[in-house]
Amino acid sequence: MGIEIEQPCVQLSKVAVSETHGEDSPYFAGWKAYDENPYDELTNPSGVIQMGLAENQVSFDLLEKYLEEHSEASTWGKGAPGFRENALFQDYHGLKSFRTAMASFMEQIRGGRAKFDPERVVLTAGATAANELLTFIIANPGEALLVPTPYYPGFDRDLRWRTGVNIVPIHCDSSNNFQITPEALEAAYKEAEEKNTRVKGVLITNPSNPLGATIQRRVLENILDFVTRKNIHLVSDEIYSGSVFSSSEFVSVAEILESRGYKNSERVHIVYSLSKDLGLPGFRVGTIYSYNDKVVTTARRMSSFTLISSQTQHLLASMLSDKSFTEKYIKTNRERLRKRYQMMVEGLKSVGIECLKGNAGLFCWMNLSPLLENKATREGELELWNAILHEVKLNISPGSSCHCSEPGWFRVCFANMSEQTLDVALDRIRSFMERIRKY
Amino acid sequence: MGLSHRGLQLLSNIATNDKHGENSPYFDGWKAYDTNPFHPTNNPEGVIQMGLAENQLCPDLIEEWIRNNPEASICTAEGVNWFRYIANFQDYHGLPEFRNAVANYMSKTRGGKVKFDPDRILMSGGATGANELIMFCLANPGEAFLVPSPFYPAFIRDLCWRPRVQLVPVECHSSNNFMITREALEDAYKKAKEDNINIKGLILTNPSNPLGSTVDRETLRSIVSFINEKNIHLVCDEIYAATVFRAPCFVSVSEVIQDMEHCNLNLIHIVYSLSKDMGLPGFRVGIIYSYNDEVVSCGRKMSSFGLVSSQTQYFLAALLSDDKFVDKYLGESARRLEQRHSHFTKGLEKVNITCLPSNAGLFCWMNLRGLLKEQTFEGEMMLWRVIINEVKLNVSPGSSFNCSEPGWFRVCFANMDDQTVDIALKRIRAFVGKETGSKPVEHKRWKSNLRLSFSSRRFEENVMSPHMMSPHSPMPRSPLVKAT
Repeated sequence: MGIEIEQPCVQLSKVAVSETHGEDSPYFAGWKAYDENPYDELTNPSGVIQMGLAENQVSFDLLEKYLEEHSEASTWGKGAPGFRENALFQDYHGLKSFRTAMASFMEQIRGGRAKFDPERVVLTAGATAANELLTFIIANPGEALLVPTPYYPGFDRDLRWRTGVNIVPIHCDSSNNFQITPEALEAAYKEAEEKNTRVKGVLITNPSNPLGATIQRRVLENILDFVTRKNIHLVSDEIYSGSVFSSSEFVSVAEILESRGYKNSERVHIVYSLSKDLGLPGFRVGTIYSYNDKVVTTARRMSSFTLISSQTQHLLASMLSDKSFTEKYIKTNRERLRKRYQMMVEGLKSVGIECLKGNAGLFCWMNLSPLLENKATREGELELWNAILHEVKLNISPGSSCHCSEPGWFRVCFANMSEQTLDVALDRIRSFMERIRKY
Repeated sequence: MGLSHRGLQLLSNIATNDKHGENSPYFDGWKAYDTNPFHPTNNPEGVIQMGLAENQLCPDLIEEWIRNNPEASICTAEGVNWFRYIANFQDYHGLPEFRNAVANYMSKTRGGKVKFDPDRILMSGGATGANELIMFCLANPGEAFLVPSPFYPAFIRDLCWRPRVQLVPVECHSSNNFMITREALEDAYKKAKEDNINIKGLILTNPSNPLGSTVDRETLRSIVSFINEKNIHLVCDEIYAATVFRAPCFVSVSEVIQDMEHCNLNLIHIVYSLSKDMGLPGFRVGIIYSYNDEVVSCGRKMSSFGLVSSQTQYFLAALLSDDKFVDKYLGESARRLEQRHSHFTKGLEKVNITCLPSNAGLFCWMNLRGLLKEQTFEGEMMLWRVIINEVKLNVSPGSSFNCSEPGWFRVCFANMDDQTVDIALKRIRAFVGKETGSKPVEHKRWKSNLRLSFSSRRFEENVMSPHMMSPHSPMPRSPLVKAT
């Protein structure tokens, strides 16, 4: 396309050239190793097993069965009536039937302990977009959100990249199972103040990624009191709420607000998605549920940049409004995840590896700090991680990638593979631990 | 659950400013439609929606294809085997089959004169998301992009709201059919420099919204050499590429750069979408095609914020790689658009209303200067309110597109059936007949009875047409919420 002539450099934006997208981190070596040598039961049994991907693949059969039994509801029906209206539908309010189904699904996940108003459901293409969008709304560039560590590495991109907003960590450690304490909240706030950074909110993930544990009620109450005192926002990313192994153990911030008669609720916003609970990350289904009218209106307008495909809304509206299906799904999915978790944790225990006591999510938080001995540093952790990647051939996520302040913790996913593959992974860990003990 | 706010919650500047564009006075047009929407049998006296640039002429072709290709859906018996793979697929590169199909389709819509590399195709949440994304990549907050006027009003939301880029209009005039002149570009650029505004690029829509005409090859070449000379980016929004229905055929910037030896390809970026050409705005298929490797790389990461649903990618991969279907669709769509355009403009000519000569788009740029009581933007607003309230047509006044001359209106014709078009024409004919046959006494009455219900704003400000608000309007009953 024309002769290549050396051109004066044309500048891109600062956002474009920054590294805040986070993909140049050393952990990408893990992904590379997997991509170049992916495990396959039959064709590549010695390849790298992907345990760094928090995906839920244990319950697809339930969804497939639903589709087989309800093909009329989920397609545009014989002769494709409904297609043209659906294809034209770009209203940023979203399909009412879908919003209503989402609200009811969120209620079911919480065992009916909280009510959700479909008029407050704002739709976005994934939780990635939801978290970014909320940040644009509640904070200005240069301001900050407080986020408890360890946290989902993607937050560095989602909350900071295009928004220009900062993250100030709320340090949590293993001395109390990484729970968020009032002291830690205050310390983080103070740290921001000392840097002349204005704090606009706290963002928590409940159940937590990477801990795989729900936040206790009294901790949630403390956090709510804290944000009220400081007059700031609270964003609760509840993307794993349907993956809690036992329904009674999850307390949503929504329940606490309801019990408080919605006092001070206008500072609270919940993020949800179907990527984890339903295992549909490809469909890009995220929601923002806000108790603040202005946030709902503004978020809805902003969702224009990231609407959910009307084709997908139509499919999910029919699926999620089938209450008997969703009830069965939630129950079965929960149970299967619990079983996987147990398998993982017991397998690790049998070779002397402890995990944080978890009750949710698609992963466990594994403690390998005893293996670090006198190298209890970030570098030591990275070395161990490299060894696991190249010798044991498992791609797992080191705690430092989640900003964990204590070295030696690793997040290991168990729901994105078959049971057989999980067995193979556990076997490899067993052999690795035996090798280490010999030295 | 409505709770009162105790004035605490400081939201961000972005959240509280007006750049979302929905506080504009033109909202009255949408309100008039929403509260009194035309329906052929239930409400034949209602307001006809002519402010919505939608392509509703060819859904039957796609419906037929769907019936014949059940395997394109992951929900049917024929397609459900792919369900789990597709549902799990969130790679921001996008399905290779989807990218290949889009590259193939884009090439066909440019007459096969250009080949597109599937690896340069990025996804985003509609062209809305694509335009915003490209701004985030190319310009810092406070920097600026030139944009020829009249332009699509929602550019302000898409380019200025979150990316905080400034828009510097390049004025075009009816004296030469609103063509973009080198002189106008140079003038705008020079003035911006004098005002210490840092211009990072030029964005234009080709075929043009609201003009409905394609940019000719010479002008495109001139634009490409202009941006090369100034070392600024060029973003071509080619969202209406396949709505070209008569000669001259569409010339894409991708074609023009093929024989411009000294063009720095790193400056060239195309935005595309299936919302207009294929009438699929609900599927949110925005595409960015950049010749700049860095932009592709960074843009791809950014597309995480607005990926196309994998279910939709899968469906479209099948649809758009069906060459027979695509060829048939493109031909038939152009034919129907030509027919509709011809019928509509001839109907207007019967009452001496002319439109800018156009060969593309879903609308025409109607010249009503002869009906203005005064050749001012106030006069335009007055006429617009009469058209809304008395003629009962929601059309978009030129000022909402930042047009430098009063009296022009964009009228959409592809979002309705033949009968509705005829009713609209009838109403226009009746109105014009009344106006041109009116006595001086009626002039006075018209002037004094009309109360302007908007605050007096300078029309040079970037106010926005409500056309881009609905279906995004916060009104309880958007005209498009029929699916429920």
